[in-house]
Amino acid sequence: MHTIIEKRQLSADVYYLKVSAPDIARNRKAGQFVLVQIDIDYGERIPLTIADASAEEKWIALVFQTVGATTLKLAQKKEGEKIAAILGPLGQPTHIEKKGTVVCVGGGIGVAPLHPIVQAHKQAGNKVIVIMGARNKDLLIFEEEMRALADELIIMTDDGSAGTKGLVTEPLKALCEKEPKPAEVVAIGPPIMMKFCALTTKPYNVHTVVSLNTIMIDGTGMCGGCRVTIGGETKFVCVDGPEFDGHLVDFDNMMMRMKSYKERETADMHKCRAQAQADALSNK
Amino acid sequence: MSEYIPLETLAQKAQNDLKAINDKIAAGSLSVKDRMAIPQQEMPAREPKKRAREMDEVAMGYTKEQAIVEANRCLQCKNQPCVAGCPVNVPIPQFLAKVAEGKFKEAVDVIKTTNLLPSICGRVCPQEIQCQGVCTVGKSLKDAEKSVSIGRLERFVADYERENNLATVLEVAPETGKKVAVIGSGPAGLTVAADVRRAGHTVTVFEAFHKTGGVMVYGIPEFRLPKAIVSNEVEMLKKMGVEFRTNFLVGRTGTLMQLLKEQGYDAAFVGTGAGLPKFMNIPGENLIGVFSANEYLTRANLMKAYNTEKADTPLFTAKHVVVVGGGNVAMDAARMALRLGAEQVDVVYRRTKNEMPARREEVAHAEEEGVNFRFLENPVEIKGDENGKVNAVTVLSYELGEPDASGRRSPVAVNGSEHSIECDAVIVALGNGSNPLMVQTTPGLEANKRGNIVTDENAQTSIPAVWAGGDIVLGAATVILAMGEGRKAAASINEYLSTKK
Repeated sequence: MHTIIEKRQLSADVYYLKVSAPDIARNRKAGQFVLVQIDIDYGERIPLTIADASAEEKWIALVFQTVGATTLKLAQKKEGEKIAAILGPLGQPTHIEKKGTVVCVGGGIGVAPLHPIVQAHKQAGNKVIVIMGARNKDLLIFEEEMRALADELIIMTDDGSAGTKGLVTEPLKALCEKEPKPAEVVAIGPPIMMKFCALTTKPYNVHTVVSLNTIMIDGTGMCGGCRVTIGGETKFVCVDGPEFDGHLVDFDNMMMRMKSYKERETADMHKCRAQAQADALSNK
Repeated sequence: MSEYIPLETLAQKAQNDLKAINDKIAAGSLSVKDRMAIPQQEMPAREPKKRAREMDEVAMGYTKEQAIVEANRCLQCKNQPCVAGCPVNVPIPQFLAKVAEGKFKEAVDVIKTTNLLPSICGRVCPQEIQCQGVCTVGKSLKDAEKSVSIGRLERFVADYERENNLATVLEVAPETGKKVAVIGSGPAGLTVAADVRRAGHTVTVFEAFHKTGGVMVYGIPEFRLPKAIVSNEVEMLKKMGVEFRTNFLVGRTGTLMQLLKEQGYDAAFVGTGAGLPKFMNIPGENLIGVFSANEYLTRANLMKAYNTEKADTPLFTAKHVVVVGGGNVAMDAARMALRLGAEQVDVVYRRTKNEMPARREEVAHAEEEGVNFRFLENPVEIKGDENGKVNAVTVLSYELGEPDASGRRSPVAVNGSEHSIECDAVIVALGNGSNPLMVQTTPGLEANKRGNIVTDENAQTSIPAVWAGGDIVLGAATVILAMGEGRKAAASINEYLSTKK
């Protein structure tokens, strides 16, 4: 059982939870994730990336968007309440070394998993340029944290309500065109954003790491539900990833597979929302 | 395929058979000839068409009369080949003698001298290639299927004990203060935990999943091995003082070396199983609706996705399911597909029925329930619609050629035989490789090129104080072989700890 130490709502449907997890806090590294399960008997196991952690204070931070049954229930939990199971840290850690300038691109909620990677690259002595993107100003998360860490912070919004109006790929392209080119690009966000970041850097031959978040059950390599096609080969996101060379990922296949349970997810959202409304009414 | 006989008929028949036996005994004694003439008792099972849509256990277990009648078929022969045929050497004739006398609790106590999980082994052991494969009765009747039904009797006495709350917690020796980490709570791990705890050592079992039991809870379906039985065995271990830590992935949540060097464990046993599904590497394998059997079964078993009202884990609903493979896992997946609502289930296997590695009983059950077998076919491509959903499998026809290294006649593709099977889900059940995590995260832990941990005759690994057993050493095998390995490892661990200061 893991106690919720702190809960914050970051935007309309994005939440931040700081939870006690001594073993995970101690052993986790940048780029790794956990599987969260709310109910041991009937709950599903969902992958969430670790947004922050403190080994000394024995906690990890999770950031999630309400998109299905588990995340909706998770959002209803209060400080002091417990989460039944958190398994991790899972996956291969980010490869961190001193390499010069690293451009870190975060889209929407993808800024959260990007946070420990930016921290690690700074610690390794790299110059880090962060590009953050969101639909609008209200959906930007971790802006202060990123401002404190990054050597340079570029904010892009679809509607221009914060930073510059436009897509994250625009400043990314500009950075690739300049000499010296970035030593590496790390892009985390919606699959479509990662796909276009990879397409943007490809002509400039800039190594681009993406972090994938597919459907998982066990997270230990046992089921293969998370499999993706990387350079024509089947790989498991949970044990071979979650980070892969963005130029080799078959994003179209991945996006297609992520729709496997679309109908059920939509139905769950309706059911949970209706339940939450009913609960709210009965509390009045 | 034998005809389905309902429980009531079998029970009535057994009563008559028992009366005949008792009459003989009253009149003098049962001769060997008499014993050989006792009709073999069939396992009562639920009605095939009905059970194929429900998760409840298929085999219902013997009645008391059936058990006594069947046990009387044992000749108590001198050489006892069955004992040697059992990977954990259960004293089979001795336990059968107790059953024949109606002393069921004493019978299960005899089994438990070497096998702590009889209710599980009685259900899932491949007895036909072990104890029953060498039984003198079967040999004399020139048909191994006519051997004494040892497995069914093992199950009967274990169920009798559990259902009547007669199970006694095994005696534990005085605390030694030594600590042992058991990694994985499958059959190997549970066996080691019991044997090491009995010697008085402190035992912690680490399990990555949220439930204990390993393949017995995620893989083997409820209709073949009820989960309540597995959890009952785990509860017994808890009563003995074994501690369980779920949601702890050794190698990630903490490494094996951290456990040994920092957490004060004196020894460790690695029983992490074979958990890396093999795929066919053919085009279309990553379409929507293609699953490894592990994923399909884990969703349905462990995550309870069949309960669409309560479970959050979604299920992929399909009307026509194709299962690729011919082993027990393929049978489980095919039968599960029926229970999850499939209207047609085809098992595609590239050899013939004779070469199938699945147990005869599992194949028979699948056939009774309506699973369709397509032999001498193998997929070459999976096709999908414009949304990426599976809609057909392209297969080639095969014929059997010369025997290969395994002794089975190897299938040879027939040129130009390509044809297609329409379907909306494909389940790949072609076995499992070994999970590399332990080896990757444990410097010095030696593995062979297949990724299996290398051990010596005492199940000891290349690292002192670390033992390993079960599928992570053997490659994908059976519950009982994992338990046999576990017993060997536990004995060696106990000896090591008795001499260690």
